[in-house]
Amino acid sequence: MIADLVGAVVQLALVSLGSPLLIGVVRTLKARLVGRRGPSPWQPYADLRKLLGKERVVSTTTSWIFAVTPTILAATMLVSALIVPLVISRPALGFAGNVIVLMYLFLIGTFFLALAGLDAGSAFGGMGGSREVAVAALAEPTIVLAVFALAMRAGTINLGGVVERVSTDPWVALAPGHLLAFAAFFIVMLAETGRLPVDNPATHLELTMIHEAMVLEYSGPDLALIEWAAAMKLFLFMSLLANLFFPWGVPTHASVTTLAVGAIVLAAKLAVLAGLLAVMETGVAKLRLFRVPELLAGSFALALLSVTSMFLLR
Amino acid sequence: MTALVYVLAVIVGLAAGAVGVGGMLGIGMTWRLPALLPLGGVSLVLDPLAGVFLALVGFAAVPASLYALGDTRRTPRGRVAYLLFVGAMAVVPLAANALTFLLAWELMSLASYVLVMHDRESREAIRAGWVYAVMTHAGVVCLVVGMLLLGTWTGSFEVGAWRAAALAPGARNLVWTLLALGFAVKAGVIPLHVWLPLAHPAAPSHVSALMSGVMIKLGVYGLIRISLDWLGDGPAWWGTAILLAGAVSAVVGVLSAIVDRDLKRVLAFSSIENMGIILIGLGAGVLYHAAGLPALAVLGLTAALYHAVNHAAFKTLLFLGAGAVVHATGTRDMDALGGLIKRMPWTTACFLTGAVAIAALPPLNGFVSEWLTFQALLQNLLIERPGVNLVFALGIAALALTGGLAVACFVRVFGISFLAVPRSDASARAHETEVPPRLAMTMLAVACLALGLGATAVAPALARVGSELIGVVGSLALGDALTLDVSGNFASLSVPVVAVALTLAGLGIVGGLAITGRGRVRRYETWSCGRMLQTPRMEYTATAFANPFKRVFHFFYRPVEQIDIAAHPASRLFVQRIEYANPTRSLFDDWLYRPLLDSVHRSVRVVRVLQSGSANLYLAYILLALLVMLVFA
Amino acid sequence: MLRQLRAALRAGVVTEPGVATESAPLEVVGARLREEIHRRFKRSLHIRQVDAGSCNGCELEISGLTGPHYDFERFGLHLVASPRHADCLLVTGPVTLNMAEPLRRTWEATPDPKFVIAVGDCGRDGGIFRGSYAVVGGVSSVVPVDAIIAGCPPSPAALLAGLLAAIGRRP
Repeated sequence: MIADLVGAVVQLALVSLGSPLLIGVVRTLKARLVGRRGPSPWQPYADLRKLLGKERVVSTTTSWIFAVTPTILAATMLVSALIVPLVISRPALGFAGNVIVLMYLFLIGTFFLALAGLDAGSAFGGMGGSREVAVAALAEPTIVLAVFALAMRAGTINLGGVVERVSTDPWVALAPGHLLAFAAFFIVMLAETGRLPVDNPATHLELTMIHEAMVLEYSGPDLALIEWAAAMKLFLFMSLLANLFFPWGVPTHASVTTLAVGAIVLAAKLAVLAGLLAVMETGVAKLRLFRVPELLAGSFALALLSVTSMFLLR
Repeated sequence: MTALVYVLAVIVGLAAGAVGVGGMLGIGMTWRLPALLPLGGVSLVLDPLAGVFLALVGFAAVPASLYALGDTRRTPRGRVAYLLFVGAMAVVPLAANALTFLLAWELMSLASYVLVMHDRESREAIRAGWVYAVMTHAGVVCLVVGMLLLGTWTGSFEVGAWRAAALAPGARNLVWTLLALGFAVKAGVIPLHVWLPLAHPAAPSHVSALMSGVMIKLGVYGLIRISLDWLGDGPAWWGTAILLAGAVSAVVGVLSAIVDRDLKRVLAFSSIENMGIILIGLGAGVLYHAAGLPALAVLGLTAALYHAVNHAAFKTLLFLGAGAVVHATGTRDMDALGGLIKRMPWTTACFLTGAVAIAALPPLNGFVSEWLTFQALLQNLLIERPGVNLVFALGIAALALTGGLAVACFVRVFGISFLAVPRSDASARAHETEVPPRLAMTMLAVACLALGLGATAVAPALARVGSELIGVVGSLALGDALTLDVSGNFASLSVPVVAVALTLAGLGIVGGLAITGRGRVRRYETWSCGRMLQTPRMEYTATAFANPFKRVFHFFYRPVEQIDIAAHPASRLFVQRIEYANPTRSLFDDWLYRPLLDSVHRSVRVVRVLQSGSANLYLAYILLALLVMLVFA
Repeated sequence: MLRQLRAALRAGVVTEPGVATESAPLEVVGARLREEIHRRFKRSLHIRQVDAGSCNGCELEISGLTGPHYDFERFGLHLVASPRHADCLLVTGPVTLNMAEPLRRTWEATPDPKFVIAVGDCGRDGGIFRGSYAVVGGVSSVVPVDAIIAGCPPSPAALLAGLLAAIGRRP
């Protein structure tokens, strides 16, 4: 019981405190890959700290929707942090929800962020919101099918169950159906967290923005919350990729040593994935907005193939 | 007088709801009045399934009538029709023989037809009423023929006898197909849905609410009865047909909703989508039933029933909210709305609750039923037939896509209609509605929350109804008071825990910010790159919001670009006015109904040759007919 | 993609290690620049660039900052898209009549604490456009300016040195 509680605290701390570092590492790696020295990996912490000390400039046309959105967004991510198996296969709230709950928790954030974009009454916010929900909607079938592929193997769709099932038979992780599902989920992660080639997190041109366009109106602590939530979303998605598809080394029971081991294993996996993401983002150009559906259709095809292969190879 | 009628409707609704809940909990009742009608008389039976739908009718009629109570000066017409409509809907699930059922069904259709036509001046209402009448009666013809065939072959028009009879497979399939078509018309299943997006917006809002919230559910009720009850154990293809029809309806419904500008028509299309989701669950249940997996069949059926109940709650709420908006602004065009959150805060809060619920976001009710549907679909591996598995996989993908698109759709509906600044004077002058409508909407918003948080009470109750219907011995375990557990350890969900965790996290963040943040807020105009004049015309519109979807699914929408530029007479370089429209074209109108109507017209033209209008010719026809009869007699 | 990566890895980091400080690139106008700005923005400064009628010479040099050679992001400097996200307005140009009001609005839209750096000779006092009927003349005639980086145009090295001096960070 105490150990479970400690596990929950560790998970919360990892996600809430570790996520800016993940973003920072990806940025530094990307800078190095294009020959820049780049910012320090700790830069996001400085940015967040500075934002917390600034005032908010709020548009006169906005309503309470705009005001509550950052809190809702960050809250959904914190709750997700207690559902995703990070350092332990069955985290504190693991029983309260499975992947589908997780996806819909993320959709809450998308829903309110898109509304907040519309709330200010500028064309940018509406444009960003419209694009964001379009991408989120098209990514949804892939996520659920990829998870279905995993659930078929595991006989359960609870995240802890999937992790434990694959842990008992490590080579399952290298089965073709499994790898196809991983590829599909990876593409969806790029889309959902607003990375290249779907959205450019470093863009300054309003017309090419998706995520940025919705948050143009936010400032000060509100902006800090949104940036923080975006970092947590990336952290959670990457951890899902790492621990669902390659659950090697995820402890199944909580104690101080297992939690420490779990944290180290997770850090190693995230480092690998961050490197992969940085290489991907350096190597590809941003897709035209209306080519994005083709990419997502491709990921859907991968997921469907994965599911079909599991039907046929059972 | 008018108020009295609606108060009466509230009382009828409460009574029906109470009886329905009683039936759901297992109180069976039978009323027979054999003398009243030929062919078996009136026969009413209350069983658990009938109880669910009766409760639905009753509890949806209460807020709808309350809403109408605050609306009496506006809609003086259609009081009697409204009462008949509610009454007929309450009788349909109870009907236990063919004649009672068909009479109640027809009365329900006719009463709602009258209500759709309430505004006899409007061309739109007349057209809607006409299409509704034709489609409904095409459905009724299917039902009548199906039930007559069933009655002839089983020798009885009593439902009890149908269950006992063993029909030949061919006969059973024929009867099922006829009845399913009849019910599918009412349920708005694609492509038989054409009446729905016309009729629902044309009716007064409290009637639209009942039509979308309850009446179309009775189509689902019929499908449940014929697929799992009246006709005995069916073949697997029934389930496949229902599941695929549901998947198509869900996706096509939400795609149509996402591009429409008419507030009430969007809600009508979204009803088609939700009927699709219900049918996906039902289809899964029927497939599992055919495969001999009763526990999973009950799960699928539970998901379908749960979504039916949920949809009744949030769609009634949304239609009442839309009605309040239409009343306050006089328009249903979303591109003329906006800024209502500051003018109608109460309506806005209720509408937002409904929008969050219908977008299936936790912890509200829509999420729970979609989650259950997912869990029912995800276990299809227990049926070891790759073809069936693939159908399930497509159902899963369709449901997921629908879920995502529904979020997009309701961001658009709520964001464009209620947020930012008004796009028209009418919207700027809007005012909050009266107390009874507000009370009605609040009741439904609370119901959405309760049906979500109380999932562990509602789901097992509905599962009991399902197991009673299918005949599973012993009730299905669905976890404890806090957590829903599906099929042992397959999946678990605890809505209250998620809700509490979300609240705590939110409070924690607010508290944390209060400590660290300076919290100074300065209000300034919206950032628009320093532009001098920020007008409502620069806001994103509903049309613009839908554009990505139009481009991605252009093969479905087939949009047409219409640009009309009017230049100054002196020079075409001085543009005075640009009009841009980007309407979509309906696949079903162009490829199904238009050819069908054309062929009808063609054949009618051929027959018209006989009708010259000359009395002599008609006398010749009579002579000819007599001669023919004499020859053959 | 692979070829590009190989080239990038072979070239390595090409950022110049130090910043060649030119003589007094930064003229401090406001008194409050030192302590508060050093305290708040030493490790993170988000910049919104405003072109108030510039000939784009300054913009060309500013965009040089983001490249691998000068790489100003290594100091926590970052260009942002919205003034709502910014701490500092980097204003170029002599402020034409038409840009005076948008500039003022941009300044209003930026959350406090904030500061303004006028860039280039035009930004300082209108430069060669000073006295023209079409310009207001100098950023300080519209919004309060805290510091000036002069030059026509200032080189990226000067800009970087000036920015670093403004936030009190050693190169």
